[in-house]
Amino acid sequence: MAKISSSSIYDSAQEGPPAVRELKELFRYNYLLIQLIRRDILTRYKRSVLGIAWTMLNPLGTMIVLTLAFSRAFATKDYATLVLSGLLAWTFFAQTTNAIMSHMVWGSSLLKRIYVPRTAFAVAAIGTGLINLVISIVPLILVMLVTGVPIRASMLFLPVSIIFLAMFSLGIGLLISTIAVYFADVAEMYQVIIPAWMYLSPVIYPAEYLPPEIRVWVARLNPMYHLIQMFRTPIYEGRIPDLEAVLLTGAFSIVTLIVGWIIFTRKADEFAYRI
Amino acid sequence: MSLHTVYNASPNINDGTKPSRECVIRLENVWVTYRAPSERIGSFKEYAIRWMQGKVKNREFQALENVNLEVYRGEVLGFIGHNGAGKSTLLKLVARVLKPTRGRVWVKGRVAPLLEFGAGFHPELTGRENVFLNGAILGFTRDEMVEKFDRIVDFAEMWDFIDAPARTYSSGMWARLGFAVATDVEPDILIVDEILAVGDEAFQRKSSARMQGFREKGATILIVSHNMDVIESLCHRVVWIDHGQIKAQGDPAEVIQEYRRHQNP
Repeated sequence: MAKISSSSIYDSAQEGPPAVRELKELFRYNYLLIQLIRRDILTRYKRSVLGIAWTMLNPLGTMIVLTLAFSRAFATKDYATLVLSGLLAWTFFAQTTNAIMSHMVWGSSLLKRIYVPRTAFAVAAIGTGLINLVISIVPLILVMLVTGVPIRASMLFLPVSIIFLAMFSLGIGLLISTIAVYFADVAEMYQVIIPAWMYLSPVIYPAEYLPPEIRVWVARLNPMYHLIQMFRTPIYEGRIPDLEAVLLTGAFSIVTLIVGWIIFTRKADEFAYRI
Repeated sequence: MSLHTVYNASPNINDGTKPSRECVIRLENVWVTYRAPSERIGSFKEYAIRWMQGKVKNREFQALENVNLEVYRGEVLGFIGHNGAGKSTLLKLVARVLKPTRGRVWVKGRVAPLLEFGAGFHPELTGRENVFLNGAILGFTRDEMVEKFDRIVDFAEMWDFIDAPARTYSSGMWARLGFAVATDVEPDILIVDEILAVGDEAFQRKSSARMQGFREKGATILIVSHNMDVIESLCHRVVWIDHGQIKAQGDPAEVIQEYRRHQNP
């Protein structure tokens, strides 16, 4: 029986910014991340016959319904691909931020009893979302093949779009869960905000469909506008987004993540006093 | 694991296990202040209204007041006191779950809290998957868990059920598996916060023998219990906490006597 890390020392008075310390701890607990992601993926569909296939069928089902309902209304070509690409990006954002928040508010029984890095659950939620997103690109490609949308090399840009989306979602998730620890009804409020936010983002309609004067404001105020465009353009339009858009989206995604991370880790020591 | 059986397995405290003088836990002027709103304001809306009216009042509650404590390697330390006196808060400080509001907590070595059985288990996962998940929560790496896995299942006597979902387990089976994961490798510091007896008699004997083994090998053990017999027979030293302060500490029999006198004057 090997003794492990018996020389490890914990000192509550240690120096250094909590944001950096948390990052180191998270790195040390990387196996926990893998296990948490595994748990989320395995348990989600454990008792269903189709299992992981649901990850592909869910967006596909929504896409079919939306296509039947709106493809005439928005009178745009290849509506199925348009709406599915928007849905995948949006679902990733909505699901991961919600998961991060619910882990902090309801899944905190463990955090009260044993030390684990407090960002572990949030980062694991992003990991789970990433795996689901990658899996659901399979039905997207299928739909493109069936409806005759050309699959172009520009899709190789998607990893960049996805990384931006993941950084932004983690940042927002950490921010709202920090608030939700103090005010439980923020979780409820978020359920109202999410659908409203979706309709203000070009998820089920093309961005061009917005009247120009409104579109300017949506683009200015709604970060998800850019993240969805960043994800959709290489798929739907078959081209890499403009450099300016890439830099802008990347910059605010990184800033959101850093701000969320710093605020969460600064407040994390107080969580045990609250939850 | 039952404290009773630990007690039975060690009828004699002077069995040659003596704590060293190496300090492994040090609490220096530790304060824990809970700041609770004097009225429960659970919603943001309510808070915003109160805040505008200038009516947000906080009541402070001292869970621990200026606590100083040193624990030495190999020591079995018992904590007594009435409910809400601050015993569990103190253990949470050592387990890193809580940070002191003021003061300093210093801990050397791997701390293993004996989780309430089943905490950290997922009912839909199999026993095997739960062992790895639980190990990861305790901070072990993949390689360490692979190396430990067979021993854990051996000890828990769970080979027949290890690939069945945990929801099909009896509470005793959860308990056995949880105990086996947490105690496979001797922790430097073991935290036992009033755990009820679970598992059948044979398993209780087995787990208490393991606990006894830790004691003999010089693990530091912190115990919270309301069972004075257990505390007196097991501990090298007893700390009596009352209203967040250390009221008395020292020889188990003496401290317990003083505590009892205070309870029934």
